[in-house]
This record gives sequence, structure tokens and C-alpha cells, in this order.
Amino acid sequence: MEFVSQNWIPGNFKSVPDTGRTAHDVVQHGWTPITTTTSVLGVVFESGVALAADTLTSYGSMACFQNNPRILTVNQNIIVAAAGEYSDYQFIRDVVEEKVRTEKSLNDGISMKPKALHTWLSRVLYNRRTKMKPLWSTFLVAGVQNDVPFLGEIDKLGTAFVDDQIASGYGAYLALPLMRKAIDEKREKFNSKLTKDEAVDLLKKCMEVLYYRDARSHDKYQIGIITKDSVEVQNLALKPRWEVAKLVQGYE
Amino acid sequence: MDTIIDRGAPKARNFEPYASNGGSIVAISGKDFAIVASDTRLSEGYMIYTRKQSKLFQLSDKSVLGCTGCWCDTLSLTNIIQSQLKSYLYDHNTIMQPNSIAQLLSTLLYSRRFFPYYVYNVLAGLDNNGEGCLYSYDPVGHCEKVNYTAGGSSGVLMQPFLDSWLGKRTADNPVTEEEALSLVKDAFTAAGERDIYTGDEVVYNIIKKDGIQTGVVQLRKD
Repeated sequence: MEFVSQNWIPGNFKSVPDTGRTAHDVVQHGWTPITTTTSVLGVVFESGVALAADTLTSYGSMACFQNNPRILTVNQNIIVAAAGEYSDYQFIRDVVEEKVRTEKSLNDGISMKPKALHTWLSRVLYNRRTKMKPLWSTFLVAGVQNDVPFLGEIDKLGTAFVDDQIASGYGAYLALPLMRKAIDEKREKFNSKLTKDEAVDLLKKCMEVLYYRDARSHDKYQIGIITKDSVEVQNLALKPRWEVAKLVQGYE
Repeated sequence: MDTIIDRGAPKARNFEPYASNGGSIVAISGKDFAIVASDTRLSEGYMIYTRKQSKLFQLSDKSVLGCTGCWCDTLSLTNIIQSQLKSYLYDHNTIMQPNSIAQLLSTLLYSRRFFPYYVYNVLAGLDNNGEGCLYSYDPVGHCEKVNYTAGGSSGVLMQPFLDSWLGKRTADNPVTEEEALSLVKDAFTAAGERDIYTGDEVVYNIIKKDGIQTGVVQLRKD
């Protein structure tokens, strides 16, 4: 790229390539999400982390693409789940996969770790929000680093934090209280963390609750599980029990 | 006759680059110490993101920065300060003194005068004479040296409380470390009762000549 314009006139300012945004850009792009996905959930268990996300991508209120997976296995150390604008997730996925390929081609046996990707994503998203061209996504980064499970979130502003249970979107209202209750009870009663099976059962329960009340959710979903020496992504489907529907009174 | 209902243009959700993530800071300086404390609740709207996010950033063995406001700006600002301090250390082979950090922070904040870091900062430390020092900021870099301050979502609740206890103190009746710590705890306990963005835990750092002592106090978690 040229750093000085060919047509520079003495006395005038030099043109610098891509100074970022103009007032015109901000008005032009409403930067509103178009194809969106709903909540993601993540929970830390004793030896790893589990993430859950359904496979629906909505176009407004239309259940548009019903088989769009959004749990990404980055490498043997990291899984990532995304919520929000699906194309922005695809963009980040392409960049992250490129990073992983570059890393593999170095062939030095060193691979990216979850804290590094969490920080990297927070910088990328913060950079884009500062340009007023946000990537309209929330990411959960999960993995095991130095034998300690890691779970962190980054939102479209670059707000980044780490916790043992995280949910985005409607999940923060409907699922997060269930997750905090399960984790706190386990700690108070047994002074220990959830087992892997308990964590997966908890996420299944949360996905069911979300399916009943979040209108943008879906019955097909994935659970990604990462431990020190295994990564797997399961494809699951809810068996909804609509007999509970008649318990809802007053709409006859 | 206009029979067509004008539903208006589709509403473009305009992007809002700031979030208010809550949290409060209290800091008090004394003759040979400075204490700075923050709560650990990170929230937005009615959501609690996490209950264990300290807002204190240790910059050196005798200065600690407390930041509340927009968490994404806090992360960026503290990263920039920490890397600046690192290059200062490598350039000069000495850590930066709190009064210099205070000026650096002011300059950094003002560099974004027209797209500010939405962060309320309190810098606590020990000055060249080993006395506690405290600097309070606004988001665009106004800096004031104070003896005590409260900032963040509960700043307006806690500042009058500190004023009533410490406002008329004179040099011959300086605040002691025990008194300062107990005021910090009381301020946060009271704020936790009335402010939904302050709660869960208080972490405090007491900066003294022989190191930084940290502690945790539980607050209400609802």
C-alpha cells in the first residue's frame, strides 16, 4: 500500500491510507446484526469446561438456517462458542483457523492456549468497537491451561472477563441462575466442583429451559467438552415435553 | 385520505460503544500508608457478569490503580499504562514514581478527549517521602491530589460519608490505618445496601513501605 499519495500537492496535507472511519461511514452502516444466533452457555467442571449452543441462525424472527454449528474446536487446548451475528463469527473463525495453520506450519510443538486467545479476541473486538465498526458477537473461550480449566467471555465491545459459569443473551437471565445454583450447591455440600457428567446434564437442562422460553432458540444443539487430554463436540437434540404446555393457564 | 399505516423506516439499532459495568472505588491516604479498595461485581443492566472481578491494578510495589466505569475501556487503559511503565523501567532502570504515573495517566486520558475512555480512576501510592498519596480523575484526564476519595457507581453515596468523617481532619490528627480500613469497610457495606451495581466482595490494598497488603471483605451477593 502506498503511504503517500501520488497526487500530493505541496502545502496540502498528505493523505494517509485508511484512517479508519469517516462521519459518512457511521451514518451509512447502522451496524445492526442481520443473521443472529441466541445464547451460549459455558460451565467449568473439575477437569475441564463444557460449552453449549444451539444450531439455529435466525433472520429476524424467521428460523432461517437450522444447522449452523457455532462451537469451534480451535486446537487441542481451546474450544470457542459464539453468539450474535453469524457472519462475524465466520469471519473470526477464518482468522483463528489461519492463525492455527500458521502455528502448525512452524512445527515447533507450541500451540495457542485459551488465555492467549481470550486476550487476542478482546483486543480484536475492542479495536473494532473503537472504529465504530463492531463485530456483533459474544465469544466464550474454553480450555485447560496449566492443568487449570479456563472459561472466559468477550462481548462486542471488548468487555472481557473470566468466571466458572457464563451465559450470554437470554441465557444470562434464564440459565445462569440455574448454573450458579448447581455450582454453589455442589460447593457448599461437597466442597467440590461439578463432575463432567453433572456439568453436561446441567447444560442439557439449561438448553431445555431456554428452548421453552427463548423464542429464538432451537431443539438441535451442540455441547463441546474440553479436558486436559480430550476435545469433543456432541450433536444433540431435545426431546421436548409439551405436556407442560397445559400448565400454562389463561390463554385458552 | 391516508389509509396506509406508516410503520416508519426499519429502526437501525445504533451502535453504542460504551457500557456501564458498575463497580466502586474508595481510597484513603495517611501519613505512611495509602489504602485503595474496590468491589468485585462486574455487571451491566440487570445482569451480573461475574462476582469476582477486582478493579484494582497493581502498577508497581508502591502504586495501585483503581478503575471503574466501562470495563472494555478499563482493560485497554490499564494495558497501555502497564506497557508504558515497562518501557520506562527498561529505559531508566527505575520504576516510575506515583506522581509521574499520575501525570502519565492524565495525559493518556486526555489523548482520547473526543472519544474518551469512560473510566473513573483513582491512583494510590507512596510518594518519594514515603507518605501516602492519592490522585482522583475524571474520564477525560482532570487530575486532583486528594486525601480521600470515592468513585464509581456508588461514589455519590460514599463521598459524603467520607466527607463527614475525614473532611475536617488536620495534620495533628491524621487518619490511622485501622480507622481508614474500617471506614472503607463501612462505606462499602452501606453502598451495597443501596446500589445494585456494588456488591459481592470488597478487595483492598494497603500500600506501605514494606509492601502491599491485600484483603477481602464479603458484601451482600443479591
